[in-house]
Amino acid sequence: MPNFIDRRLNPKDKSIGNRQRFLKRAREELKRAVKEQVKSIGIADVGGGQNVSMPTRGVGEPTFQPAGDTGDRERVLPGNREFSPGDRLRKPQGGAGGKGGAGTGEDEDDFQFSLSQDEVLDLFFEDLELPDMVKLSLKETLTFKPRRAGYAVTGSPTNINVGKTMRNSHGRRIALRRPKQAEVDALAAEIAELEKKARPGPKDKERLAMLQAELDWLERRRRRVPFIDTVDIRFNRFEQQPLPNASAVMFCLMDVSASMGEREKDLAKRFFVLLHMFLRRRYERIEIVFIRHTDEAREVDEETFFYSTQSGGTMVSTALEEMLRVIEARYPASEWNIYAAQASDGDNISGDSDRCVALLSTVMKYCQYYAYVEIIDERESEIFARTDNGTSLWRAYRTVDGDWPNFQMTRIAKPGDIYPVFRKLFAKQPTLRQPRK
Amino acid sequence: MKSSGKLLFDGSDWNFDTLSRTYDAIEEIALGELKLDIYPNQMEIISSEQMLDAYSSVGMPLMYQHWSFGKRFVFEDHLYRKGRRGLAYELVINSNPCIVYLMEENTMAMQALVTAHAAFGHNHFFKNNYLFRQWTDASAILSYMEFAKKYITRCEERHGTAAVEAILDSAHAIMDQGVFRYRRPPRLSSEKERERARERLEYEEQTFNDLWRTLPTSGSPKERAEAERDASERKKALNLPEENLLYFLEKTSLILEPWQRELLRIVRVIAQYFYPQRQTKVMNEGCATFTHHTIMNRMFEKDLVSEGTMLEVLHSHANVVFQPGFDDPRYHGMNPYALGFAMMQDIQRICTEPTAEDRDWFPEIAGNGDWRATLLDAWANHRDESFILQYLSPALIRKFRLFLLTDSSGDNYLEVASIHNERGYQAVRAALARNYDIGANQQDIQVVDVDLLGDRQLRLQHNVKNGVLLEEASRDATLRHIRHLWGYDVSLVGVDAESGEELYECSTDGDML
Repeated sequence: MPNFIDRRLNPKDKSIGNRQRFLKRAREELKRAVKEQVKSIGIADVGGGQNVSMPTRGVGEPTFQPAGDTGDRERVLPGNREFSPGDRLRKPQGGAGGKGGAGTGEDEDDFQFSLSQDEVLDLFFEDLELPDMVKLSLKETLTFKPRRAGYAVTGSPTNINVGKTMRNSHGRRIALRRPKQAEVDALAAEIAELEKKARPGPKDKERLAMLQAELDWLERRRRRVPFIDTVDIRFNRFEQQPLPNASAVMFCLMDVSASMGEREKDLAKRFFVLLHMFLRRRYERIEIVFIRHTDEAREVDEETFFYSTQSGGTMVSTALEEMLRVIEARYPASEWNIYAAQASDGDNISGDSDRCVALLSTVMKYCQYYAYVEIIDERESEIFARTDNGTSLWRAYRTVDGDWPNFQMTRIAKPGDIYPVFRKLFAKQPTLRQPRK
Repeated sequence: MKSSGKLLFDGSDWNFDTLSRTYDAIEEIALGELKLDIYPNQMEIISSEQMLDAYSSVGMPLMYQHWSFGKRFVFEDHLYRKGRRGLAYELVINSNPCIVYLMEENTMAMQALVTAHAAFGHNHFFKNNYLFRQWTDASAILSYMEFAKKYITRCEERHGTAAVEAILDSAHAIMDQGVFRYRRPPRLSSEKERERARERLEYEEQTFNDLWRTLPTSGSPKERAEAERDASERKKALNLPEENLLYFLEKTSLILEPWQRELLRIVRVIAQYFYPQRQTKVMNEGCATFTHHTIMNRMFEKDLVSEGTMLEVLHSHANVVFQPGFDDPRYHGMNPYALGFAMMQDIQRICTEPTAEDRDWFPEIAGNGDWRATLLDAWANHRDESFILQYLSPALIRKFRLFLLTDSSGDNYLEVASIHNERGYQAVRAALARNYDIGANQQDIQVVDVDLLGDRQLRLQHNVKNGVLLEEASRDATLRHIRHLWGYDVSLVGVDAESGEELYECSTDGDML
């Protein structure tokens, strides 16, 4: 009789420590992989659990390995059908080492595995230098609020709905003809009356016996049909309802003239992603509208927005006009929470910036939040350390910054600079206005 | 019609009662009829996730933490989830008591099969094969692993995870070069002795006197002869050449601290522990598969298991011993289960019903009638290479239709050298045996010289066999790891094992880790 041990209940995740060590080790590679993915997938998809594929570089475990294309080898293979000694076969393409070198281990070249949502977000946020509080709140899944939803026959005593329960009890008592207290009392009084008589006649005695019997019956009946039965009891039922229960639309405005290169677009995308993440946490339904502009603006799909180039001058006001048009046509401010994020390199045709400011005052009436980032060269970030000079658009927006509390602007040169533009949005978190329905 | 009254179990569900009843029935056949000799068993029921855990920590129940195990887990997990790879039904550990893992998902029929396979087949092999007897210490391994795990955790607390990881990374890189192939390794010492050894090491470190190094070397006149004598003395003192790089670095490295040496030792002990398993894959699996096959059939004959159970067992057995041909997309080299099992059955056949050919090839065993004793003897006294060389019969070569291809890097073709015919049997058999000679196939890299008084360069020599060189990128990366452990430059010379001709030379000169 051997020793049987049931290990199934042992703590799981024995290897979680090893996994964390591995992720830490592969951090740089993973960050790169996540970054690539953020580039290639839609804004709304960032932040789900993801399959990440990464090369083994950085997590390789070198050992002395035979080089496949050197030396003489002998291989013994099963399943000969038509070969005779002396037959020659062409070597398979791509190195002869493949087949016979069994045992050299699995091909781990393209190492694929899934990261959990938390792990992806950690990597994504690391670049953006988000404060921990914000990271936590972004990762937070939907919060729920209990909402009354009818009645239930089971529940905890604190949730008993007295009114409903009593109504049921009353109906049942009537239906089953439960003797009322008044009837019982009347009988008892009559009996007492009769018993008080000093000399009860035979009629009285008879009546007394009858009354007694009736009272007994009533009492028995009352016991059998209780005042409140378990079938009467109703509990208030609550349903968990997701809290952010409103719709938001997010406008992404971007200058796509030739001056916006790969780097600028990449930064802009992260900026949009971050805003989207924030919105996703708060609103059940989010729509994204992409508006790109050169000297004319057009609403486009995400693919076109990020990847196709267009030549022309730069006229920022056209984008704002287009945005107003879209709002008017599809997103009435009474039903939608409107957020806007604008990314630009600050170039604008002369004279247009003032027009932008004028339009902005209209736009701001509709917007919950308007964030403007100006993407600048890292070298320029030194020169523009002071905020009051800069490109024409920047100077123009400067004049209105402060007029509205929901307007934010900043200049960014690297991913870490993006967060400050949203700081207010996130800081405001605890006392948010109730989202409009 | 079989009577169902004697059945050990019915249906596919298992519980501890049927498990233990079945175990007893199997034990009776295994010990009574097959005369197996086993360590006491400890059967552990685990879930599939725990099986993945066990996989990734090289199958040890206790293992120190390292990122590479996490990587392996992630890799296995991915394959498993994608459905590209199934999990093993069992895992068995060469320890005393022998630990056998059973997966909870197995049906009762599978549990019976696995019990016969692992708890008796593998277990017997571990206890009796000469390699395991001489080179591993089954009763000490679990307590040693416990010590290793605790020790490494303590090191991490004291010196930081990064420092410990750096040493382990480097040690893992030369794990394959960290075994004694020819010399018998020292036994695992008891806890007390280990403690003492560590203390001694610390004492030596503390009392090391650098002054010795500054003693002037003798004058120049007879320098040549002198230098040569010096070198040979030096080599003698350091016991060079040394094939076990980890051992050499542990004992001789100039920069390692005592705890770092202990880490090297732990890695080395584990490498050594697994070395016999790599040399006996075919035999080990063959022995276990033959055992479960024989036992399950006996149980069926004795009416202990139902026909349904037997069908399930045979189905699974057939999957395990399936050997696709070389041109089949499923072909991934020789299947050790298939080859091992076929050879065991073949030996049984030769013992009981030999043909004239068998009498020619195996005069000692053909027709001796006692296949049990013959097999027990083979299991105890061979490793894959010698086993195949000794027992692979022409009948089996024909059955597998084995043929020998030669592949020379200079030619753009492969040549069929021998096939399964009268002239080819010997060549095919010898070549297959050579393919299983781990010691010969592994890269033979040795420490040949080190000048402790001069530039302290560690000189390694790669004895190149059949012109097979090393893959350069991984070679250089591995050398950097050795340099990390040694502390000074390391050079590697490739020398043809036959002609003695120098084929290449490389070193870690200049580049720092």
